[in-house]
Amino acid sequence: MSGSANSLSRPAGAAPARSLGEGLPALLGIAALVLVAWAVPWLKFVLTIALAKGIAVLGILLLLRAGQVSFGHAMFLATGAYTVAFVAPFQTEALLLLPLAALLATLLGLAVGLFVVRYRDIFFGMLNLALSMVLYSLLEKLYEYTKGTDGIRVSVLTFAGLRPERETQEWLMFGLALLLAVLFGLLVRAYLASPMGRALAGIKTRETRLEFMGVSARRVLLFAYVLSALMGGTAGALVAMTSRHVTPQLAYWTSSGELVFIAILGGAGSALGPFLGAAAFELVRVYAAAAVADAWQMILGAVLLLVILFAPGGIWGMLAGRLRRSA
Amino acid sequence: MTSAITRREAMFGAAATAGSLLLAGGNAGAQTKPTELRVGITTFLSGAASVFGVPARNAAELIFEDINKAGGIGGVPVRAYFVDEGPGTDHLVGEFRRLVQNEGVHIMFASISSGSCLACTPLSDEMKKTTLLWDCGTQRIFEEGKHPFAFRTQGYGTPEVLAPLLYLLKHKPDFKTLAVINQDYAWGRDSWELWKAGMEALKPGVRVVAEMFPRFGAPDYSTEVTRLLAARPDVILSTSWGGDLVTLVRQAAERRLFDRSTFVLPVAEASMQTLGKTMPAGHVIGARGDHWNNHPKPKDPAKLAKFVEAYRAKYNEYPIYPCHHMAQAIAAMQAGFARAIAAKGGGWPNDQELANAFRGLTFDTPTSSITLREDGQGLEDQIVGLSSFTEKFPFAVPKDMIIFPAAMVSAPVGQKSVEWLKTLKPEFLAQVPAPVAG
Repeated sequence: MSGSANSLSRPAGAAPARSLGEGLPALLGIAALVLVAWAVPWLKFVLTIALAKGIAVLGILLLLRAGQVSFGHAMFLATGAYTVAFVAPFQTEALLLLPLAALLATLLGLAVGLFVVRYRDIFFGMLNLALSMVLYSLLEKLYEYTKGTDGIRVSVLTFAGLRPERETQEWLMFGLALLLAVLFGLLVRAYLASPMGRALAGIKTRETRLEFMGVSARRVLLFAYVLSALMGGTAGALVAMTSRHVTPQLAYWTSSGELVFIAILGGAGSALGPFLGAAAFELVRVYAAAAVADAWQMILGAVLLLVILFAPGGIWGMLAGRLRRSA
Repeated sequence: MTSAITRREAMFGAAATAGSLLLAGGNAGAQTKPTELRVGITTFLSGAASVFGVPARNAAELIFEDINKAGGIGGVPVRAYFVDEGPGTDHLVGEFRRLVQNEGVHIMFASISSGSCLACTPLSDEMKKTTLLWDCGTQRIFEEGKHPFAFRTQGYGTPEVLAPLLYLLKHKPDFKTLAVINQDYAWGRDSWELWKAGMEALKPGVRVVAEMFPRFGAPDYSTEVTRLLAARPDVILSTSWGGDLVTLVRQAAERRLFDRSTFVLPVAEASMQTLGKTMPAGHVIGARGDHWNNHPKPKDPAKLAKFVEAYRAKYNEYPIYPCHHMAQAIAAMQAGFARAIAAKGGGWPNDQELANAFRGLTFDTPTSSITLREDGQGLEDQIVGLSSFTEKFPFAVPKDMIIFPAAMVSAPVGQKSVEWLKTLKPEFLAQVPAPVAG
């Protein structure tokens, strides 16, 4: 597993593509997103979900930098989502629910992180997976509270005390997701450029060296883990507030797999990768489902295979390569 | 934050916009007749529940073909858009929006899974799009809120559990112990809660010797069967369905559990063809409705035979209950459009006028007729009987059937099912009609 993670981020790790090269694509991307959301109203919903998932995948990207793959990250997404669903009947203010969901996910991330950062590679991945399945089982079995697999409906939300129309609300959620995506993107960029962020790459190459330098690898990884949990929780809150219905499916291992899938698809080289991957994933899925309702899984799988075979750096790797050549 | 929108996507988007703009033009103002009647249908095309979803889609394709041959609905040919429920809620609600906002569907059929229905129904309110709940059974839909654009064209959990319970109380009134083995998910839990509430009201003092909820999709029930063999309950209830039920029945039959206890299987019908002769005779079986192949007195026997034969000819198997539920939704759609068009003097209805036409609508099914109550819930009769084998079918069909009128076994409008079941009195049993030989 760590082998695949290594090869994933190698193209990016080799070339510190943190140059000016990211700014223009990011701005273009934002413009394209807004344009598409405006031109095709129903895609606004799909893109909001994509942005939310992109935020969660940013967290995965941090861990990938350290060569660790979490196969249970959906637990933070589900924590954020269920926080919104549970609290919404009492407090409908979206601008309060969002930080609350992020906070709870962060706390869970800290608790889980203290334990899992002692492990590496397959053990790290599997422990995350196991813990996320514990959460899944709880959500499914505590039927009295969670309504089991039927899930919970998120009641109508207010934004800064106002209850907007459906159309406005969709734009608000889209805008909120976009804003948070930009903020977290910038944060992750700054973080990865900082000594703490650089130390993550140290964990991947050789941890002992870090320790010799007096840096605690465990602490470095824990910080990244908690940050990724925060982003997972934020993403979950956004998903819950957008789709307005949460089910335990959110915490299931396939959902975690989906996040890793998106990370691979987008490429781990840049903070843009997760959003590229998430948008590509959601759009491929939705168009594949529209074209062949029976076999969309096959199309999605084929896309991933093609990316792994021909563009190991993901979509970002492809784009960055092209930009570098043209520059 | 992304530039994944390549040229191709942009063109896709542009084309889609052009499409939706055209549609917007068609839908606005004077409601001209569309060139095609678009129906969005959510069903399981992948996953465990595709055992229901795929036959239902087959049935829909078969019926729409027929309708289009006969000139469509109100002179407009029908076109169906199928959407997979498999990937989960956030994908499904996105697809619901796509169908409404982009494909411009005129009516939606929502969902096999209760979770999907609970997510889609509020969307129908928000988007003001008439939505027929064609198969999901949760009682929460209309008991926890009003949904002016949603209508369920079939029965639901409460009658589907109460009818087998009443049948059992008639057939085997002196049972003392009961065990339950349901799938560990919402329907398994919900149906047990309904059953328990009804049983405690109608026959207090039954001892529940085991409550088992093996995981959904479990491949092996040997521990459960062993426990049931040891506990020796008079009755074993299981609302499991699909592959799970087939596995359970096979493994229980192998170890002679059916000889010791009477099984009550409210969702048995859909698995009978797979089980064939493995299904033991003399156990209580239900069909989530009245659409058995050997219905003792269908309203329109020719229509039932025609549907069953056409389905068999095309797909080489008997239609199961989701096929009938799909047929019911389509029948309701035909009746609803006819009523809305008539109310408008031949004009094409807008979304609100279409929804109005469904309120209180009565439509015919091959076996009976169904009325949509004022809360949107359909009243579908329930037939329960004892599994038996005849010359005609290579699988079990019920005998000594009791036809439960829907109004008798459904919670009245505005009441919550569990609360209502608790108010039932043992005298209620006197209202149960006599069995009919089948």
